[in-house]
Amino acid sequence: MIRKSFLSMLGLFVASNVRADWALNMPKGVTDLSAETYGLHMMVFWWCVAIGLLVFGVMIISLVLHRKSRGAKAADFSHSMTAEIIWTAIPVVILLVMAVPAAETMVKLEDSRDPDISIVITAYQWKWHYKYQDEDIEFYSSLARPSLEARRKQSGIDPNAVDNYLLDVDRPVVVPRGAKVRLLLTSNDVVHSWWVPDLAIKKDAVPGIVNEAWFKVNEAGTYRGQCAELCGKDHGYMPIVVEVVEPDAFQAWVDTRKESAEQVASTQ
Amino acid sequence: MTTAVADAHDSHDEHGPAKGIGRWLFSTNHKDIGTMYLVFSLTMFFIGGAMALVIRSELAVPGLQFVHPEFFNSMTTMHALIMVFGAVMPAFVGLANWMIPLMIGAPDMALPRMNNWSFWILPVAFGILLSTLLMPGGAPASGWTMYPPLVLQTGDAFPFLIFSVHLMGISSIMGAINVIVTIINMRAPEMTLLRMPMFVWTWLITAYLLIAVMPVLAGAVTMLLTDQFFGTSFFLAAGGGDPVMFQHIFWFFGHPEVYIMILPAFGVVSEIIPTFARKKLFGHDSMVYAAASIAFLSFIVWAHHMFTVGMPLTGQMFFMFATMLIAVPTGVKVFNWVATMWRGAMTFETPMLFSLAFVFLFTIGGFSGLMLAIAPADIQYHDTYFVVAHFHYVLVPGSVSPSWPAPIIGCRSGPVTCTTRNSASCISGRRQYSST
Repeated sequence: MIRKSFLSMLGLFVASNVRADWALNMPKGVTDLSAETYGLHMMVFWWCVAIGLLVFGVMIISLVLHRKSRGAKAADFSHSMTAEIIWTAIPVVILLVMAVPAAETMVKLEDSRDPDISIVITAYQWKWHYKYQDEDIEFYSSLARPSLEARRKQSGIDPNAVDNYLLDVDRPVVVPRGAKVRLLLTSNDVVHSWWVPDLAIKKDAVPGIVNEAWFKVNEAGTYRGQCAELCGKDHGYMPIVVEVVEPDAFQAWVDTRKESAEQVASTQ
Repeated sequence: MTTAVADAHDSHDEHGPAKGIGRWLFSTNHKDIGTMYLVFSLTMFFIGGAMALVIRSELAVPGLQFVHPEFFNSMTTMHALIMVFGAVMPAFVGLANWMIPLMIGAPDMALPRMNNWSFWILPVAFGILLSTLLMPGGAPASGWTMYPPLVLQTGDAFPFLIFSVHLMGISSIMGAINVIVTIINMRAPEMTLLRMPMFVWTWLITAYLLIAVMPVLAGAVTMLLTDQFFGTSFFLAAGGGDPVMFQHIFWFFGHPEVYIMILPAFGVVSEIIPTFARKKLFGHDSMVYAAASIAFLSFIVWAHHMFTVGMPLTGQMFFMFATMLIAVPTGVKVFNWVATMWRGAMTFETPMLFSLAFVFLFTIGGFSGLMLAIAPADIQYHDTYFVVAHFHYVLVPGSVSPSWPAPIIGCRSGPVTCTTRNSASCISGRRQYSST
């Protein structure tokens, strides 16, 4: 009975669903490359676990067996060329095994050719500005009001009661599912960084430079991220929200925004 | 030891250290200076630790309870500057001052008066840095990495930050020169380089790293200063400059800097484990070559701190591979420590406990470093607490842990006595060279 429950707990633990709920680990994400990134992360992790078990295992055995209090007498050896060669060569091989898939993923990450949509993102202290390059859509995206009010020092509002505290904005970025979206990042003032974990994208927004990144999302949903480069006092308060919708919903959104932009223009 | 030379003092003042504050202000004695470094380092450790407590208190629960965000950022910045430059580095320089002459059979450091200056610059530098907490605009809050343009938004504290970094750099460079000259020139006659204890070897390598990279930091912060006050545009895009260039220059210093902080700890542990396992260090020569390889490799990996900055693919590949390579000599060292323990006769006094903790936890920190080296995964880890965890694992059990037992078992003789009775070598069990 105990064995069964132990094994089933172990099985549950291993199933990534449970761990994903705990949000302890890197998310698998919703793009092909985010899954590859997660895979690389787990591969290196398990290699480290294996090597750790080996090294610490030997160490613990030694700590138990080779103690003076057990009457152990110290041996005489203090070098071994064979051992040195073996434990230099084997790690090199292991590193090669890790490096090959990592390099393959890196090549794919850099391939931003033939995008379907380009969005120019300008980072400000302390908000984001998005401009869809081919449409006439642009807007600022700042921390949502509930979070804004709760974040104030001793605001009296319990952050746990705010939905998506510090991860919600007034106007999210909307992109269609399955489209290759290219981001062109720059900054108006200091270095910021655009990061959405579920997309496995993080790129610095540097004043004077335009950086490029791309993603293609497989699953509709809302994905949240944060600024990832210290940029001043409100670095922790300029989140990112990406809403991935079906292509026709995206087109509807584009049309609505264009309409309201025209309405605003006509009242000027 | 009696002197046969008559001098002008009263006869009861012929021997022993000077009395009062003069003993410390004007000391040219390596043990007294080493002690001052260690006391200074401990003080800074508590100050930096208090800042860490402020950080932890604020982060304990969501929301802002105690500090404003600007001050929180100052705390993280100052915590790092103080711990890196004020606690870890002076602790190891203090140990170097104490132990190197003892371990190589030299009467003192090669340049005792410069040694005094190397130390006394530090309280001045940190007085200046800490005083920025009270200035308009507050202490620097741009992170210890001082990236522009953000660091140029620092208030009145900015020139004081730059000045104190310069002073710390000068202190380190002078200390490093002293270490190299002492080790190269003042070893006892029979002590060839490969017969030197591991702590001396790791400090020799560390000293070369210091001389190579502290001037680079000085250059970087001077460029920040001129960008702010003298109309240059090294890092300002509007004037044709490049903020990313600062990152390259800073991390060219910054990466060897972290090896500067860990190599002496490797040396300490390489002395303690053989002692308490009652067995010679496994692969002594191998350990020397591994430390030298780590130092060499540390110069060619700096951009692994910059994987998200928009580097070309080739650059990312090179830095990823070079960074992964560092795991090899570091692994060799860990294996050698374990092989030293293997079939030894261990007892577990406090210094050994600290060293064993070092091996376990530094290795885990090293594993997280390997994970960080994988560039696509680093996209997710960069600028997150994963990195904070990595460097605290390698710095706290890595650098700080060996610093506790090291003075306890190393700094053993009384103040200002002759050091030819090499108490350190007796304690460490090494009898390769004679002590008189």
